Amino acid sequence: MDSYLLIESRDALESSDVATYFYDLAAGLAREGSPVTLFLVQNGVFPARRGAQTAALNAVARAGVEILADEFSLRERGIPTDRLDPCVVPAPIDVVIDRLVQGRKAMWH
Amino acid sequence: MADKKTLAFLLMDAPYESARTTTAFRLIDAAARRGHDVSVFCYEGAVALSFAKQAPHANTVHGRDVAQEDHPNPKDWIIALTAQAEKSGGTLTWTNCGLCVDERGVGEAVAGVGRGSPVDFWKMAEAADNTLVIPTRG
Repeated sequence: MDSYLLIESRDALESSDVATYFYDLAAGLAREGSPVTLFLVQNGVFPARRGAQTAALNAVARAGVEILADEFSLRERGIPTDRLDPCVVPAPIDVVIDRLVQGRKAMWH
Repeated sequence: MADKKTLAFLLMDAPYESARTTTAFRLIDAAARRGHDVSVFCYEGAVALSFAKQAPHANTVHGRDVAQEDHPNPKDWIIALTAQAEKSGGTLTWTNCGLCVDERGVGEAVAGVGRGSPVDFWKMAEAADNTLVIPTRG
């Protein structure tokens, strides 16, 4: 079974297709049974804040998607890790390399 | 390294225009530090990342000269990443789309940067264990 690495670089309030397309794609792949990691980077980390727009991310997590937020992007934007929604785990960017090495099919948005 | 892999990246953004470039350099750095072989293909504005005539500048508004400002140029990062890859036992292969280079007049690249065509990116992806395309924003 294929496994996936989806990288979201945009804020859900910045692009309407973040939640309606990319989050849904991640959730759909996971519901089909594929291992899926959604890596939030750059402005993509804003929705990870508790209460920001976490309903959409919570739904993705409930589908079985691993949701990670780039630690550097969080620091750049002054978002402390204790402000993150519980469904999001802070991670170094090395995780992307790990997943690529594992052979995950990768897509950047 | 036992689990050495080859990773290919495609970049499209011009220097100083997008956070995607910063993230791309961070990813290449992470892969190079782990000793993987890294292939980078640059399309469109990204071919200017390696332009040899980039120059640091002073910041008169803040009263800093060139040395104090220490303005970063991506060509220097490419040189540093290449050295990092070699130090870690890997390689960094950097190739620019030749047509994109000619269109922009940025043919003078730092040492080690090659020139290719879209078929070279296809070959890179074929030879790599995995590929990440970082597209410019549509």
